[in-house]
Amino acid sequence: MGANHDDHHHAPDGRGRALRLGVGGPVGSGKTALVAALCRALGRTLSLGVVTNDIYTTEDADFLRRAGVLDEERILAVETGCCPHTAIRDDIAANLDAVETLEHRFGPLDLVIVESGGDNLTATFSRGLADRQIFVLDVSGGDKVPRKGGPGVTTSDLLVVNKTDLAPLVGADLDVMARDARTVRGERPVLFTSIRQEPTAAAVATWVSDQVHAWSHDHAVPVS
Amino acid sequence: MRASAAVATALTGDGRTIIRRLASAPPLTLRQTGPRAVHLISTAAGPLGGDRLALDVDVAPYTTLELGSVAGTLVLPGDGASEMLVTARVGAGATLRFAPEPTVLAAGCDHRLLVRLTLEADADVFWREEIVFGRHGESPGRCHARFDATCDGLPLLRQEFTIGDPALDASPAVYGTARCVGTTFLTARTDKPTVSDGVAVLPLAGPGTLVSALAADAVELRSRLEWGEQTALTPAPTSPR
Amino acid sequence: MNPALLLLTDSRLPAGGHAHSGGAERAIASGAVRDVPSLEAFLRGRLHTTGTATAALTAAVCAEAASAEPRWAALDAEVDARTASPAQREASTTQGRLLLRVARRVWPSPVLDGLARATPSPHHPLALGVAAHAAGATPGEAALAAAYHAVSGAATAAVRLLGLDPVAVHGLLADLAPDLAAVAAQAGLAAGAAGWEALPAGSAPALDLIAEQHAQAAVRLFVS
Ligand SMILES: Nc1nc2c(ncn2[C@@H]2O[C@H](COP(=O)(O)OP(=O)(O)O)[C@@H](O)[C@H]2O)c(=O)[nH]1
Ligand SMILES: [Mg+2]
Repeated sequence: MGANHDDHHHAPDGRGRALRLGVGGPVGSGKTALVAALCRALGRTLSLGVVTNDIYTTEDADFLRRAGVLDEERILAVETGCCPHTAIRDDIAANLDAVETLEHRFGPLDLVIVESGGDNLTATFSRGLADRQIFVLDVSGGDKVPRKGGPGVTTSDLLVVNKTDLAPLVGADLDVMARDARTVRGERPVLFTSIRQEPTAAAVATWVSDQVHAWSHDHAVPVS
Repeated sequence: MRASAAVATALTGDGRTIIRRLASAPPLTLRQTGPRAVHLISTAAGPLGGDRLALDVDVAPYTTLELGSVAGTLVLPGDGASEMLVTARVGAGATLRFAPEPTVLAAGCDHRLLVRLTLEADADVFWREEIVFGRHGESPGRCHARFDATCDGLPLLRQEFTIGDPALDASPAVYGTARCVGTTFLTARTDKPTVSDGVAVLPLAGPGTLVSALAADAVELRSRLEWGEQTALTPAPTSPR
Repeated sequence: MNPALLLLTDSRLPAGGHAHSGGAERAIASGAVRDVPSLEAFLRGRLHTTGTATAALTAAVCAEAASAEPRWAALDAEVDARTASPAQREASTTQGRLLLRVARRVWPSPVLDGLARATPSPHHPLALGVAAHAAGATPGEAALAAAYHAVSGAATAAVRLLGLDPVAVHGLLADLAPDLAAVAAQAGLAAGAAGWEALPAGSAPALDLIAEQHAQAAVRLFVS
């Protein structure tokens, strides 16, 4: 079931369509938790859609549907044939199809969030799929992860370091993480969150909302 | 040997079915076994290699025909390939039940089994075919089966089976470990596919359903097909209002 | 051979093919495919049954693409009639839709636009046949691409799922080359001959069962 409309690749400049936000990062770092948080924080003011790329089954999509943060029809799951990074980077066809299906069914949308299946530090979203991308790390992976870099850490539009509540338990130094991130990322923003303690991830939601407004301002359909 | 047999129905003035025509041609011998039922009675072994047999079935609009056979067909080798061509037209609002006993491919046979089924709107058809790969403990000869059904001139189901190439027969994509293949084509529509051990109920894109089964032997094949036929013919429970 | 054929058959063509196993995932789950020899039997069976039908249909589509008013609905119905399993029809139309989207961008052509207008989610043989035509390939070449497509996805999936030696599996595909050529040649002849109703209609009952089991499986990595 896909978008049965003709303009599959209309407006390569994105005119008139939703901002597409990729959420990537290692398995278990809190991507699904963040997507749920964004739906909670933004669902009332923005028209949203979500595409998940589970490695196995439709667990993420099911979790989001159960969480009741979004009308379940607005959540689509894409199967990735063992290769979650392929589906967001090299062969994005199924994801684009899902995004366009959502826009076709529920459009106009303001924001479509694509959660990656979670892979490793090298997996990033193709610019053909995501206009902006967030990379989610968690502190339990160790405070050296930002220093090690990798395209997700260095080039994402926003780096989120999640599970700060666990930092004392795993002996992660948040200051070190912030400093290392600044070294590899320059001016690109980094936010620290504990979605466990703050289920709307307000700072991230504000950043996303700013992106959406900038996007819709820059890509509005010109009034002719 | 060349032989062509035919059966045709007609509608009487008071709305009953009669068997209008019954033309046997040995080895295809037809016997009327009920008011609307006809059976094929083999009066010779075969088909044998070299035989060209044809059966023509014409079910007039709003009539009913049941066509069966008293025994299975054993396809034997002989001088060249054998062929069985069944052509059936089922008129508007007519009903046909075609359920002969299985075709058994004896070692060394070289057979073609062709079915052309032409349906008009609202025809109600049940068409079962069973193919057994050789007699007990025997490797089958070759067989090429083709089934074409159209409804109101549009293609509804087209299938070809090839049997007799050991490498392909045993392919896990084709028949795997099975020794029999069977299908039942039904004009009854089903709304969702169902699958169980060795049998699937497949709603077609057009108006109809295919029950497709694989089995180790003819008995298991029949019970799988019957399970699928029942599943297809049992209307889905309507959701409570 | 037209070089465009290399692009059309490349597993890196970003048309969503990487997420389809052509039944291999379920055949592996059931134990029917477990090593290189059983994979070979699976691929050979696939090629010489459904592969003969899709190759011939693709060739017929490619030939029809040259006509002034191509009869896409009739050809799509011929594919439908040869695909009894709803799960296989869905896999075919999904891949067809994604391929059509990619082809329209890579080989822009009025024929591809016309196909998209007539059937936004065409069966894969339609998308492939028209894409091949738009890329300048002949019906025989289109058939060869279809024959290869009938085995390549399943082969790759088996490498990923079973951890088979990729060189052994590529060797197996190389061994299939004469079969691919034969199927394509036969398909080209069939497509050039009488009407579409007489085109090959090879069926594989085990693939139909597998496809439906897969569609109902709770856990899966591949779409089909
Ligand atoms: N302690 C803690 N656990 C979290 C936090 N965010 C998510 N989790 C948990 O981490 C696990 C993995 O989260 P999930 O969102 O599924 O990760 P994903 O694989 O990246 O999508 C789940 O059990 C979450 O409940 C957090 O801020 N703190
Ligand atoms: Mg997740």
